[in-house]
Amino acid sequence: MPLNKNILRLLTFSGILSWIAMLIAGYLHRFASIHQGNAETYLFLAKLFLIAFIVSIYFSIEKIGNQDSFNILDVLWKVFVTGLVATVVSLSSNLLLTLLKNHEHGRNPYFLDTLYLINVGLIVTFLIATFSVWKRLILYQKTKWLIRLWNIFEYGLLISALMMFTNIELFNGFSLGIWGSLALLSMLLGVNLKWVAYLNFKQKWKSILLILLIALYIGYFYTILNNYGIEFGFLPYYNVLNIITINGLYIFTLIYCVFSILVVLFNLPTSSVFEQKLVEVFNFQKLSQSRNTGQNEDQVYEILLDSTVSVALANAAWLDILDEHEQVARTLYFHTDQEEKEEILKAVRKSRLKQIPSSAPTRMTLQNRFTAELKHELYKSIFVIPIFVQDQKIASLTLLRDVKEGFVKDIIDIIRTFVNQASISIENYRLMDEAIINERYKEELKIAKRVQDSLLPKRLETIDELEISAFSKAAAEVGGDYFDTYKMSDSRLALIVGDVSGKGTSAAFHMSQMKGIFQSLVQINLSVKDFIIMANNALATCLDRTSFITITYLIIDSLEKRFEYARAGHCPTLYYSAKENIVTYLEDNGLGLGILRDYQFSDYVDVRHTSYQHGDIWFLYTDGITEARNRNNEEFGYERLKTFLEKHVFYSAEYIKEAILKELHQFCGTSNLEDDITMLIIKVKGD
Amino acid sequence: MVEIKNSLKNDTYTIHVIGEVDASSSIHLDESISEATSKYKKILVNCEQLEYISSAGLGVFMSYINDLEKNNIKMVIYGLSDKVKHVFQILGLDQLLKITTNEEEAKEIVDGL
Repeated sequence: MPLNKNILRLLTFSGILSWIAMLIAGYLHRFASIHQGNAETYLFLAKLFLIAFIVSIYFSIEKIGNQDSFNILDVLWKVFVTGLVATVVSLSSNLLLTLLKNHEHGRNPYFLDTLYLINVGLIVTFLIATFSVWKRLILYQKTKWLIRLWNIFEYGLLISALMMFTNIELFNGFSLGIWGSLALLSMLLGVNLKWVAYLNFKQKWKSILLILLIALYIGYFYTILNNYGIEFGFLPYYNVLNIITINGLYIFTLIYCVFSILVVLFNLPTSSVFEQKLVEVFNFQKLSQSRNTGQNEDQVYEILLDSTVSVALANAAWLDILDEHEQVARTLYFHTDQEEKEEILKAVRKSRLKQIPSSAPTRMTLQNRFTAELKHELYKSIFVIPIFVQDQKIASLTLLRDVKEGFVKDIIDIIRTFVNQASISIENYRLMDEAIINERYKEELKIAKRVQDSLLPKRLETIDELEISAFSKAAAEVGGDYFDTYKMSDSRLALIVGDVSGKGTSAAFHMSQMKGIFQSLVQINLSVKDFIIMANNALATCLDRTSFITITYLIIDSLEKRFEYARAGHCPTLYYSAKENIVTYLEDNGLGLGILRDYQFSDYVDVRHTSYQHGDIWFLYTDGITEARNRNNEEFGYERLKTFLEKHVFYSAEYIKEAILKELHQFCGTSNLEDDITMLIIKVKGD
Repeated sequence: MVEIKNSLKNDTYTIHVIGEVDASSSIHLDESISEATSKYKKILVNCEQLEYISSAGLGVFMSYINDLEKNNIKMVIYGLSDKVKHVFQILGLDQLLKITTNEEEAKEIVDGL
């Protein structure tokens, strides 16, 4: 962000400018004091520029701090380096002083003033840098209350800085009150050390070292400022240690150093616990996310074994992965092997098992979960927990420890959480697999549907005298209904409607066989009886034991004005005779194809030869129509169908089709089709 | 859903078919008849409480026609409701299976009276 950078530059520049101005004001003050002039104005200016310097440095350091991400050791390191630079410069200036001790220039008050202000600049910068970092550490996990307290502290420091313009003594009652309250606030703020918990063991040691060095710098700088030039009898024109703010900074930074070092030191022994918890959280996250990163079940098992071993501090463990019969399919080992496992299992049988009481005694939690004291030379306690997915035991985890009572309740609870998470992951994994497979089946069914749709005629063959209308709809993706027509000659038309027993895919396969049989046999110009017998013969070897196909087969001869018809177990055709003006069901005898699969079948074929005339209607259909049910579970039935046709005999075949579909829809309401529906309506055109 | 109960009295084995026989429940009917035909020569099928039978259910009865004849087993179906009986008739099964209205008639047939 260029704006931020520019502001930072501006602040740094104003800091340097303030320092130079302070230096010049100091020279003028010195000059005025030496020559008995009025030095007070210059002193006032010098103090003013000092405050400007402090404020500029403070804000520029805050700006730098806001820019980088917050890493505790990094910022401590930066403070340390700042201190190091300040120390080196300060030491070299002191060395210079010592070297020039006996030189005339070495006693030059302007020279001494310059060196003093260089020291002041560095030390103030270092103190503010430390202050700024301490601020961030204190506000590491901030609360509203904490921020308020901090603001009070900062304003207190600012106000105390203004006190240098007054003549209030540094050690009178009022000043001491301010001192005291600043010290008190420092202590209150100093107990905010939450960041310590986030350091691991090694980081804690490093931070102790860094803070210790920072504390040493602070002490060293105090001595420097306090003793500056004493050996030359030099008195700075203004002692910055007279400013309460600077003292306040010293006290605060030092107090926080001491508190930090102590707290980090006492937190060293517990850091492993915190680290352990972090590992648990991380492992748990790994288990939960295992699905997302495309891991398979094996990886879930491996993570589970690793994490529970580390949580329980187990010395050895194994994970039995079971097959669908709950037999061990394979085993993952941790620091043990098959041989030792057998040995331990023997020891388990001899041990007294302790079921773990559960608040919810379901099959899930109670079955085979136990701890036991082992009589084994290496391992003294054992914990076993099964892993269930959808009530099926899929794995069993065994953890071993070399101490007695090695599995306390807290540990068991954590292990249980891990096991539950693992089972959720595996369940998700399996559900996902199932979903993928189901999706594939759906695709396959869609293809099957397309194939079947192509098996039903798109355009019906017909002869001049007849108008034909057809409709077919499967209840599921594929169905067992079939219809077809074939023009045997200009005056002869063969028509078929069939229904395969059963539903769905198996019915659809048989339906396609029927199509093949029809298309083959119809070409060799068979009589209706021969067609049915040969179709039965052909199907005898193709149909499975419990399947059969019912058909109605009809040949209409427009020259002779006769039709030949047979019913092989199919729903009786509804027939309208215009001559008699009557609608009847053609209830001849007949047997479904495939019911008798030998020569006896021919005895059951019943063929009707009848003449017809203009206006006659054949309504061929499957039982999906008559057995269609409404909400009260009533069937549409033969009677309703008959009445319907009686009312519609003067309409065209197409109109009758639309009308019956509408009627069926009204009858069934919104409920879906339970069975496949097919119809074929043939009407002899009028004169 | 179908419920099938079996009972044996003297040497006559009775299968009670209760409820609706559809594509999925026809398997239970098949198992039951298969067991009966493998052990007994006199079988009654009580359909007084059979409310509905689908084509798959009819297929089960159909598939035993040859076995019955070959193994000289007498199987009689009785107590069909008009609606269910009509379904048997349309398919033509009434010509191949022995169907009576009540238990007495059925018993007479299996006992060869």
